[in-house]
Amino acid sequence: MTLLRLNNITRRFPLGSPLYGPRKYLVAVDGVSLDVEMGRTTGIVGESGCGKSTTGRIALGLEPPDSGGVLFQGLPLPRIDSKKWRAQRRQMQLVFQDTLAALDRRMTVSALIAEPLAIHGIGDPASRKQRVAELLHGVGLGEGHGMLYPHQLSGGQRQRVVLARALAPKPSLLVCDEPVSALDLSVQAQIVNLLMDLQQELGLGLLFISHDLRVVRHVSDRIVVMYLGRVVEQGRADAIIDQPAHPYTQALVSAMPRLPGGFDHYVALPGEPPSPTDRPCGCPFHPRCPLARDVCRQSLPELLPLGPERQVACHLVRH
Amino acid sequence: MKTATVETNRPPPRSVDLPTLLAGGWVLLMLFTALAAPLMAPYEITSIDLRHRLAPPVGFGGTMLHVLGTDDLGRDVASRLFYSIRTSLLVAFGATAISVLVGTGIGFIAAYFRGLVEHALLLMIDVQASLPFLIVALAMLACFGNSLTLFVALMGLYGWERNARLARGLAITASAQGYASATRQLGAHPLRVYLRHILPNSAATLLVGATVTFPEIVLVESGLSFLGLGVQPPMTSLGVMVAAGREYITRASWMLLAPSLVIVITAVAVSVLGDWLRDKLDPTLK
Amino acid sequence: MSAVFRFAGPKVLRAGLSILIVVTFTFVVLRASGDPALQILGPSARAPDLEAFRRHWGLDQPLYVQYVRYVLAALHCDFGNSMLAGKPALQLVFERVPLTLALMLPALALTMLIGIPVGAYAAMHRDTWVDRSVMMLTVFGFTVPSFVLGLLLILIFSVTLGLFPSGGADRPESFVLPVLTLGLGGAAIIARFTRSAMIEVLSQLYIVAASAKGVTWRQVVRHHAFPNAIIPVLTLFGLMLGGQVAGAVLVESVFGWPGIGQLLVVSVANRDLAVVQVILLLVALTMTSANLLMDLLYGVFDPRLRGTNSGSQ
Repeated sequence: MTLLRLNNITRRFPLGSPLYGPRKYLVAVDGVSLDVEMGRTTGIVGESGCGKSTTGRIALGLEPPDSGGVLFQGLPLPRIDSKKWRAQRRQMQLVFQDTLAALDRRMTVSALIAEPLAIHGIGDPASRKQRVAELLHGVGLGEGHGMLYPHQLSGGQRQRVVLARALAPKPSLLVCDEPVSALDLSVQAQIVNLLMDLQQELGLGLLFISHDLRVVRHVSDRIVVMYLGRVVEQGRADAIIDQPAHPYTQALVSAMPRLPGGFDHYVALPGEPPSPTDRPCGCPFHPRCPLARDVCRQSLPELLPLGPERQVACHLVRH
Repeated sequence: MKTATVETNRPPPRSVDLPTLLAGGWVLLMLFTALAAPLMAPYEITSIDLRHRLAPPVGFGGTMLHVLGTDDLGRDVASRLFYSIRTSLLVAFGATAISVLVGTGIGFIAAYFRGLVEHALLLMIDVQASLPFLIVALAMLACFGNSLTLFVALMGLYGWERNARLARGLAITASAQGYASATRQLGAHPLRVYLRHILPNSAATLLVGATVTFPEIVLVESGLSFLGLGVQPPMTSLGVMVAAGREYITRASWMLLAPSLVIVITAVAVSVLGDWLRDKLDPTLK
Repeated sequence: MSAVFRFAGPKVLRAGLSILIVVTFTFVVLRASGDPALQILGPSARAPDLEAFRRHWGLDQPLYVQYVRYVLAALHCDFGNSMLAGKPALQLVFERVPLTLALMLPALALTMLIGIPVGAYAAMHRDTWVDRSVMMLTVFGFTVPSFVLGLLLILIFSVTLGLFPSGGADRPESFVLPVLTLGLGGAAIIARFTRSAMIEVLSQLYIVAASAKGVTWRQVVRHHAFPNAIIPVLTLFGLMLGGQVAGAVLVESVFGWPGIGQLLVVSVANRDLAVVQVILLLVALTMTSANLLMDLLYGVFDPRLRGTNSGSQ
């Protein structure tokens, strides 16, 4: 069953002063559609600046799309900062990368985890205390950690606290924005596995955002590949990894270290991703694409189906 | 006192130096006097002793009966000085509290609403900042008359614009930081975000701001009282005493000098202490 | 041409809005402070008289009509008569303007003439005993309130030494002490600011480069450091003027100087609202124009600001 559906959403940010001359816009997200199923994980992968975080914020209803719609459990999201919107936060939660900034450094871990319960009026103080203990245990922390302050914890422990806090009100959707990118490799694996265990246990729908295809592949049932605000390819995780169709996805997959063989077909991408303020015309990827032709420089490829549950936006792929 | 913040090239003091220590001692003495004035004062401030009118202080021909001499009605200058310090500091204390509260409220409102509300508030802040406060205070005194409550409230308007700017800056910085938006996305009411998270995290800087506002209010209060438009008799304040002493400047200069010196030393001490506190607590306030 | 307009337009608009805010504030405070009919006719006035008064002055109209009328009257410089003097308040205030200016202008000149050289000198002899004692003195300069400073000067120069008169505005010597009182505090602020600005400019790279080319130190200071340091000092002018206006009220009171400040104090004590509001608006107008002028001049001095900073505040 579909928990969250993004329908052709677009988000642009105005640049410069509103008073003089025609306004320019930074198009962060351009016509993105994706689904998150209940109990399943959809991963978004792409380089920094590709609009994946903005997509995550729109999916959570933290900012409105300029066009397109977001449906959560089949219903449009309420107006931002309205009473209904605040009440709905209970069901959709966010886990972010910078845990030190995201946790108020004046509050103890217990107080931080109990805060969403207090905000939504869940339980009485005694039952909240018990729930905090459960949650601490659930994310692999001891009750002693509850008395500490965020800066006294390691990065991995803080990420566990953020996770416990997000899970406290028993949400049905969790958006994870680069949840492990700031952590050491060994800790990354712990947190990712914890996340997957908890998902199994609680039946959460996950939207997992990362620049790291390796991690995304590990957690996701479906993968959405974004480039400069647009979806270039999406489909089931194994299909995407085994047979990437878009040249950009191919480059990402080839750059991913695999145990046997190492980097066997490494396709190096020349250059940096272009700035979203001046996107190239035609296919946004063409300046870096090793296979680019004239048609790629002139017209924007549409996202078209390629087999079941699979879509690709590339002129060179035969649909 | 604004210019004290201009100094940028001085290295931060490593330990407390002698001027800071002296300044701290003096300020503590003033605070103690404000609290203990009724215990310290040998006489009632209104007790008139016409036989000992304009008696000089000890060391200038006076006796231990009146250490700092007496005024034109034979009232004990030392006792009046203690009570004046008490009044001046109390008024400034109440006013500073109001100024910080009002300023913080307005600054937070501007930071929360952004857009038109913010622009309107910023314009008001700029207007207030461009007008000399003394003139505005005088105009309001003319309209509303004078009572102690009103006077404290009026003094509480002093520096609100600076505190509002400070609070707005802090709130905007805090909102951009993760914890505020994280709490918002948990579903917290904006009041909770501002009062439970942003306010406690900004409190230290706001308090440093208050230490700048406080001595300036003491000066404005004594100025208005000097003009006869501030604290009214039978209460006394430092400005009231200076105004009274001015009439007897040729015959009894101690009446003028005692409160004047207290004002001067306190102002310098607080300025020295404020610089130290700024360096110590909050390097960003520069 | 349009660049000039783009730069100046928002600033002029902002200044106009500021004045409107002060006028509105005055209106609100006046209306909030009580019934003007009762205030002017006194508590013993009969009801029909009060009614007639209200009708005559439009006080029976809705508040917004009263507000519009008030703003229009302010635009026509019609502020009513002083209760005390029975003359138009505007005339009463403007009679005093020359005397206050006679104090403030020399004091402002003194501020610059003392503050800038002293600050520059201290900067060039940074961390010597001269620098330290100058900086210590400036702390006194800007923390001692002007009324205390004035009285101390009277005590020293009039009472003890008998050099200058302690009050009045009749002789050339009468100017010395009030101007000194008003100017010294500002001079301390300017000196500190000039010192900081000079130190900053001196430490910048192009000064180092200039002295590397074999130019003398004196030339570096005169042609490079000083002109660059002086621009930020000039922008302090607005702040200085505000301090001078507030200081003038106290200084005039100390020295019995019959200027606007003394008029204001007397009017406040007697609740002569017409005069008080004229002075408030005059001060607001002066301060706003001074700040606007400084803003525009700053753009002339520093052309980089014209392009980039026009929209934001």
